Amino acid sequence: MKRMLSIFLALVCVMMFAVPTLAGKYPAKKIVYQIPFNPGGQSDLEARRQQPLLEKLLGVKVVIEYKPGGGGSVGWANLVRKKPDGYFISGINIPHIILQPLARGNAGYKTEQIVPIAFFQATPIGLAVLKKSPFKTLKDFVDYAKKNPGAITVGGSGTWSGHHIANLQFQKMAGIKLTYIPSKGAAPSVASFLGGHVQALWGNSNDLYQHRERIRVLGFGTEKPFAPMPEVPTFKSQGYALLASIDRGAGAPPGTPPEIIQVLEKAFLTIANDPAIKAKMLQDGFIPIAMDSARSKAYIAEKIKQWAPVVKEFKK
Amino acid sequence: MLDAAISGLGHVFEFYNFLSLFIGVVMGILFGALPGLTATMGLALLVPFTFTMSPASGLIMLAGIYVGSMYGDAIPATLINTPGTPAAIATTFDGFPLAQKGMAQHALVTAAVASSFGSLLANIVLAFAAPPLAEASLKFGPSEYFWLGVFGLTIIATLSSGFIFKGLLGGAMGLILSTVGMSPLGGDVRLTFGFPELQAGIDLIVALIGFFCLPEILTSIVGQRRRSYTSRQVNPSLKVIGEVIRDLFRQPVLMLRSSFIGTIIGFAPGAGGNIASMVSYNEAVRWDKHPEEYGKGTIKGVAASEAANSAMAPGSLIPLLTLGIPGSPPAAVILGALMLHGMRPGAELFSAYADVTYAFIMGLLVAAFLVTLIGTFGSFVFSRIINIPARFLAPVVVFMTILGSYAIRNNVLDVWIMLVFGIIGLVSNKLKFHPATIVLGLILGPFVEEGLVQSILAGKAAGSVIRYMTLQPISMVLIAMSLMSALWPLYASWREKKRNPARGAREK
Repeated sequence: MKRMLSIFLALVCVMMFAVPTLAGKYPAKKIVYQIPFNPGGQSDLEARRQQPLLEKLLGVKVVIEYKPGGGGSVGWANLVRKKPDGYFISGINIPHIILQPLARGNAGYKTEQIVPIAFFQATPIGLAVLKKSPFKTLKDFVDYAKKNPGAITVGGSGTWSGHHIANLQFQKMAGIKLTYIPSKGAAPSVASFLGGHVQALWGNSNDLYQHRERIRVLGFGTEKPFAPMPEVPTFKSQGYALLASIDRGAGAPPGTPPEIIQVLEKAFLTIANDPAIKAKMLQDGFIPIAMDSARSKAYIAEKIKQWAPVVKEFKK
Repeated sequence: MLDAAISGLGHVFEFYNFLSLFIGVVMGILFGALPGLTATMGLALLVPFTFTMSPASGLIMLAGIYVGSMYGDAIPATLINTPGTPAAIATTFDGFPLAQKGMAQHALVTAAVASSFGSLLANIVLAFAAPPLAEASLKFGPSEYFWLGVFGLTIIATLSSGFIFKGLLGGAMGLILSTVGMSPLGGDVRLTFGFPELQAGIDLIVALIGFFCLPEILTSIVGQRRRSYTSRQVNPSLKVIGEVIRDLFRQPVLMLRSSFIGTIIGFAPGAGGNIASMVSYNEAVRWDKHPEEYGKGTIKGVAASEAANSAMAPGSLIPLLTLGIPGSPPAAVILGALMLHGMRPGAELFSAYADVTYAFIMGLLVAAFLVTLIGTFGSFVFSRIINIPARFLAPVVVFMTILGSYAIRNNVLDVWIMLVFGIIGLVSNKLKFHPATIVLGLILGPFVEEGLVQSILAGKAAGSVIRYMTLQPISMVLIAMSLMSALWPLYASWREKKRNPARGAREK
């Protein structure tokens, strides 16, 4: 009897140690998908679109949790402090996760701490003027700005945002000076632009597409022409190597095991490659992408290299 | 256009759609009534459900939530001095004193009827005059927002009732609090004292719960060991409903003015109901023959606030539906829902999708009637809540304050901020500071700041900042209104002294 008991106890001990490896089958319980913005924003809408498909692919519940504030920084500071077990992931945005630590000093997290899972949506940034504006082409715009430094006012969303950095880069490339007027978010900047309170606008492709009847886009920060508006030339084709976009993806806490990242990556990429989802995104004025974890990491590193000197120079 | 409206109305009264609308209104009232849950959250939660519905029923349901929540926030404002959403701050000024007098039902019925009236009027404007008004809304630029914010700040003169210095101090405190966190324009981090979590800034709802709800519990329940929230129990009766409706219809000017203020502030993108109800309350006090009744419990005060904040909802949809520019955070969620159903705001919404669009507008309209029904009959149930003995009610309320301040952003720091504000509120109540001045500063701070910074940048580019900020028609009107509003108390006391020298002298 005694022997039986000790064997049993030994077995229990073995089982207890074995549990973690047995439970290694990921995922086994609900996954929290944090959105570091307010409900109803574009990041939320994308996550909501993915949620049922993620549940189907992963076989567990996916719960969306909001942690807005600081332009996303509060949520990402929360993300990097979570257990790296794959049960807590978060929406991540470029350039936010790169520019916040660069510009603020202590944003509560470091870019390198976030492990990217995948990127699934790009929102190219374009420069637009109203239809009635005298600037017919980018050349008109640049010529006028050269003659009248600081006289052209350009709206955009926030400072140290995708719009702001595009403005800084473009000024440098074209050798001009513009007056950048930030707004608190994209919607107010579009309103201010449509009302004629600024002469030009750095806008997201979906906003520019939505208001296409009232405006003229002078250029998009893309490699190839933006598919829903193919008539608009890229900056590149006009001689400025400006690539500017806001990219949405998902990330995990630092130290998340590669096996777990792989499982999540596969699920996100399957959804990103779904033709129905792709068509929907294009229709709303976004570009569907499917960038895996490794490529995402390289993309982030490249962007840091590109932006760090621009931020440093402007901060002086 | 009229047939589109009528066919829209037909959609609303289809059984399934009407059921969606009803559920939406009830949910909206709940989301509005619980501090910490907002109309924006309610809408965002329901958007995924509307995926599976037809666009018309989905949007009708969202319409119900939006309208319902604009009334729901008056319930806690009246009963426990806690505005359910920031838009109901002005409702507490008279709603809570009414409840104290045992007239909670009066306040609740007033809120329901005034909400419906405001919503109705704004809806008519939305249905028939949206495109030209949307163009007008674009005229609001940086300097106009700055002066609108300044005009809003002049309300301090009314709120501080005689203690102008304390009022200004409170307003300044609020303005400083509004700068905590990441600067919306400059991107730099301010007043966070090294806590990265504070980059999110101070949430308005957290501040409201702290300043309004907690001090009330601490002083009257814990401090004075009262058995119930009010000294007098409320006895709901059908008679009250008739009485209130009759009284409100004797105030057509008040009702119309409040609704128009709500509609206009609603369609200025970004202004929202928070300001609408305050401005409307301020104007109600100013133009009333008996301004001394306000703040002590008059249904006129409740009506002014609620008519305005409910009129704001359809108002904020004017620039949304015609231009795709949301006039308030909930409107932004509705924009998302429209896009998900493949409907792009703009002219085609009123042509290609006129059917669905008018179903939505009529949904808002019918929701206003549902609010009257649910509100008046619900007042029997809701108003009895404060008859619950304090030893049961107070713990629940304290629990709700903590839960609510956490839920708003899933952030524990917010609970601490709420508690700190509660203690500040307790002290400031003792010193006869009205916390509303602090909250007003907190609401208007970002407006004034953004408007000023943008105006300076744009003004420099244009050659002259001063000229840019003053020599524009809307700005000039707003400057004149601000001056008038700031100097009004002086004029009023001068007039009072002239008419009644003895009383004027005594008040000094």
